[in-house]
Amino acid sequence: MDWLTTVDHKKIGILYFIAGFFFFLIGGLEAIIIRIQLLKPMNDVVAGDTFNELITMHGTTMIFLAAMPLLFALMNAVIPLQIGARDVAFPFLNSLGFWTFFFGGVLLNLSWFAGAVPDAGWTSYVPLAGSIYSSGHGVDYYVLGLQIAGIGTLLGGINFMATIINMRAPGLTFMRLPMFTWAIFITSALIVFAFPALTVGLVALMFDRLFNANFFDVANGGNGVLWEHIFWVFGHPEVYILIVPAFGIISEVVSTFSRKRLFGYSSMVFATVLIAFLGFMVWAHHMFTTGLGPVANGLFSIATMLIAVPTGVKIFNWLFTLWGGSIRFNTASLFAIGFIPTFVMGGVTGVMLASAPADYQYHDTYFVVAHFHYVIVGGLILGIFSGLHYWWPKMFGRLLNETLGQITFWTFFIGFHLTFFVQHFLGLLGMPRRVYTYLGGQGYDDMNFISTIGAILMGIGTIAFLINVFVTWAKPRNASNDPWEDGRSLEWTIPSPPPEYNFKQTPLVRGYDAWWKEKMEGKTAMTPAEPVGSIHMPSPSILPFIMSVGLFIAGFGFMYDQLIVAGVGLAITLGCMVVRSLIDDHGFHIEPEEQDKGVQA
Amino acid sequence: MSAHDHVEGHLPHEPEKATLEARNKILGFWLFLGAEVVLFGTLFAAFLALRHSVGDGPTAGELFQLPMVFAATMILLTSSLTSVFAVQAMHHHNKKSMVTWLIVTILLGLAFLGLEIYEFVEYVHEGHKFTTSAFSSSFYTLVGFHGAHVAFGVVWIALVIGQVFKKGLTVVTAPKVYISAMYWHFIDVVWVFIFTVVYLMGKVAG
Amino acid sequence: MKRWPVMKRLLPLLTGLVLLLTACGREDLSTLNPQGPVAEKQFELMKLSIGIMALVVVVVFAICIYVLIRFRRKKGDKAIPEQVEGNHKLEVIWTVIPIVLLLILGVPTIQQVFGLAKDYSKDKDAVQVKVTAHQYWWEFEYTDYGITTAQDLIVPTGKKISFELAAADVKHSFWIPSIGGKMDTNPGSTNRMFLEFPKEGVFRGKCAELCGPSHALMDFKAKAVSQESFDRWVAAMKAPAVMPADAELAEKFTSMCLSCHAVGENGGNSAPNLTGIGGRETVGGFLFNDEGGGAEQHLKDWITDPQGIKKGAMMPGAEDTGLTEEEIAGIAKYLAEYKLDY
Repeated sequence: MDWLTTVDHKKIGILYFIAGFFFFLIGGLEAIIIRIQLLKPMNDVVAGDTFNELITMHGTTMIFLAAMPLLFALMNAVIPLQIGARDVAFPFLNSLGFWTFFFGGVLLNLSWFAGAVPDAGWTSYVPLAGSIYSSGHGVDYYVLGLQIAGIGTLLGGINFMATIINMRAPGLTFMRLPMFTWAIFITSALIVFAFPALTVGLVALMFDRLFNANFFDVANGGNGVLWEHIFWVFGHPEVYILIVPAFGIISEVVSTFSRKRLFGYSSMVFATVLIAFLGFMVWAHHMFTTGLGPVANGLFSIATMLIAVPTGVKIFNWLFTLWGGSIRFNTASLFAIGFIPTFVMGGVTGVMLASAPADYQYHDTYFVVAHFHYVIVGGLILGIFSGLHYWWPKMFGRLLNETLGQITFWTFFIGFHLTFFVQHFLGLLGMPRRVYTYLGGQGYDDMNFISTIGAILMGIGTIAFLINVFVTWAKPRNASNDPWEDGRSLEWTIPSPPPEYNFKQTPLVRGYDAWWKEKMEGKTAMTPAEPVGSIHMPSPSILPFIMSVGLFIAGFGFMYDQLIVAGVGLAITLGCMVVRSLIDDHGFHIEPEEQDKGVQA
Repeated sequence: MSAHDHVEGHLPHEPEKATLEARNKILGFWLFLGAEVVLFGTLFAAFLALRHSVGDGPTAGELFQLPMVFAATMILLTSSLTSVFAVQAMHHHNKKSMVTWLIVTILLGLAFLGLEIYEFVEYVHEGHKFTTSAFSSSFYTLVGFHGAHVAFGVVWIALVIGQVFKKGLTVVTAPKVYISAMYWHFIDVVWVFIFTVVYLMGKVAG
Repeated sequence: MKRWPVMKRLLPLLTGLVLLLTACGREDLSTLNPQGPVAEKQFELMKLSIGIMALVVVVVFAICIYVLIRFRRKKGDKAIPEQVEGNHKLEVIWTVIPIVLLLILGVPTIQQVFGLAKDYSKDKDAVQVKVTAHQYWWEFEYTDYGITTAQDLIVPTGKKISFELAAADVKHSFWIPSIGGKMDTNPGSTNRMFLEFPKEGVFRGKCAELCGPSHALMDFKAKAVSQESFDRWVAAMKAPAVMPADAELAEKFTSMCLSCHAVGENGGNSAPNLTGIGGRETVGGFLFNDEGGGAEQHLKDWITDPQGIKKGAMMPGAEDTGLTEEEIAGIAKYLAEYKLDY
């Protein structure tokens, strides 16, 4: 019951991790089936329509229900600790964000059981995704599932921006923030300004499908290319939402495990801001073959190439952080070190794709599939694994097993390259993407075979991690405050896991790498910025859970043309909002005597 | 300072910013409005792309009655002014005046909504239904979303008025007044854009 | 140190990549084996970009490998390395050099963006082809000649082929990899593109935009022939329709098939044109006529159960048309023998 009503960012972080990893396994299973179907030419493990459902669900689940929640898990677990705060700015909204994501994800995946699975790709282009050519309910699950889940993400973005702006410990100026906090701050801004575009796109598609609107219905004056614009205005910043947190994680891990401060901190901050800003100006590079004309294609080509510059700056700054350092290899740092060359490979194919005339060949082929898996899996997922292993002791009070961790890393890393490196060539040799099979004798057979073997290896690596999680769960909770011994930022100054209130006394920050600075001056703890006192905490609430259930019900009501059900669902949600507004929540206090007893989260 | 730390009768000058929680809420709401700007921006973009695809229905020039829309605009702009007066009264700790101005704001909002509903009913009779064309779908979605925001605002401010009656003007209720006023100004600004882009530009294009 | 063996494997793979790019893949299918000037120019850009990027990768990998070996922590080492804030000169170098590299890539990119966008739709010397993509077949209308064919795009060598691209239902994308890049077909609007075929041959075409369950089966062929051969083909297409010899079969064929399909001047235009179908490379775009029993067998299978071969195809099967096995065999034989002489 505690887990249903919690507003504690640490618990919410764990909830995001469990749910995110659960969806990661589902998305992974979908991927394995896809690869088994593509193992050999004209294979018949699944038919074309099921295959299209698999690729749609794989992409949608992995991006929205696995990658983003796993990032939110780390954001929640770490950010308040890194800034010396006791929770986020809006703990209630934090919980609401989780439950809407969860129920949105459940709604989307219930499509498998309803026998109406979306099958127009994660990009859901119209008219294929419109009511004429997708007459079943499949795409409705996509629209409503994402709409509900997207609310949660938007709330999360607002929450973390406000938290980082308003709740930093005394002395923690912006240019003293840990790089992960900067990354999350920038990511949150991306979320706040990118997700509403998706909201409108989904509303328009929903209105077309359910209420006979004509946004995208060509026969009535609608325009399918409009969907592409709206989707990618969201979709491109979305991929930066995915990767910027990983950049932050790499900065932390590389710095800690080379015992050196981050090289070029201000350049890193500036580069990340520039990447995010430019990320809003390049969306049409996903539409080079749509026929926008040479002026548009030319401008978007150049803008896209420009993003390579700040990205390169970051790569070199990481390398020069390692340079001259004392590098310790463990699972966390191996994942971060593996990230660097892998992400660079993904980034350079990105620059290749940026050249529009060349992209006329690459677009919609396996070359693109290779590129984005290199940056998302080879970038983001390696980053997430790194962050999970790094912050695991802080979240759970135990270190993950190192042997199992190395098995995870090597199988996943090698499996990843086997799966996706050959796909670059498949695309160049003429293999389009989203094809459920291919003819023999075109030169695709061997590489597809290798790719499938790689995917199975990645699955094994994932299972190794899962085993690691279970094996570790049984161990005693005896990690120290600073188990890596070289922690540089504030989260390593408090117990692992932290007490419910995080900091008994808000710390005073005297410089960048606040904890490292104190350690180098011989101190064994942070200087407090306030006396011991009564700590004000936010109260738990069941309302976020109920509000999400309301939206879930409304989703089904809209989908199946039961407008009364939809109305009831919305009324539940709105009713909870009214209750929340009318009944003031003043929180509760933890007194000094209870603090000394060690109130466990 | 906690949420109920106030000496009775001695409210701070800007009561809506008196606590960390209140300042967080105001900041968070500015960020939410940033997201809403993108939301309405995208709706405007869709409308601009589709506004000439009228199909069998009437064009913007044939449809829109500028005098009535102008009246609605004046009503909404005035309601923004009255909400400013309400916040000013709040800063002077004048609860009665604040509530009065908030009630006027709601009434003007309701008048706006009434005119808009009347307008939509007229349009439907003239063959401009939601499903008529791409222009009509995007028109009703954009203007309808705005109307829904106005309706939500009316209910919200009404609830805030109720809370002020029950609990008085405190460092807890003051931020609620302030933020609902921020919201009200925002939907007013959006309306100015709708009036310009949808109605004025529609009339000019014929 | 466990890192080295992996690097040892990855580096040669990478250098091999650049070498691999030369003349790789089938002539009729690979973007790396361009058979026409459009594909060639795009291949030049590909080589340029991968060359520049290979340089970047080599530099990054070299620094990475050096750093991991040179600065790895010795067991038990508790020393704190020097905490370096940054280096202004290095920051400038690794900002400016990438900008220069991008300029090198950017200039030819812009040149080709405009060069490849040239509109030949009013050019008297160009052959005008209107391409309409359907779920799941390709329609080719030669607007200057007043003929329409399907699945096999016959073109003369040495001329600019100016395409007008349209879609009948959902979005598709028209792609002949070894001849040039692709362009989408958007419902409700048309796109323009040009290609050139200097060499004779048959080149594989693919649909490159997810369009439904049979997206993967929506292949087509582009057959480049000499100008004289092309002229003969046009004349043959315009010749009066050849109907089945047997009158009853011809009657059945007309009533069951020609409401949607056409041969010569007879029939409808909502399904693939069947004139000369026996001489095409495939049936259904992907069942090659030089294998699997040939055109006659493929046609028999197709007419009996098109849904079984291509899920989502609009054509009704034998169950719905009521054609008997003999009738199907007869029509298949007639169509398989319907070859144009050019």
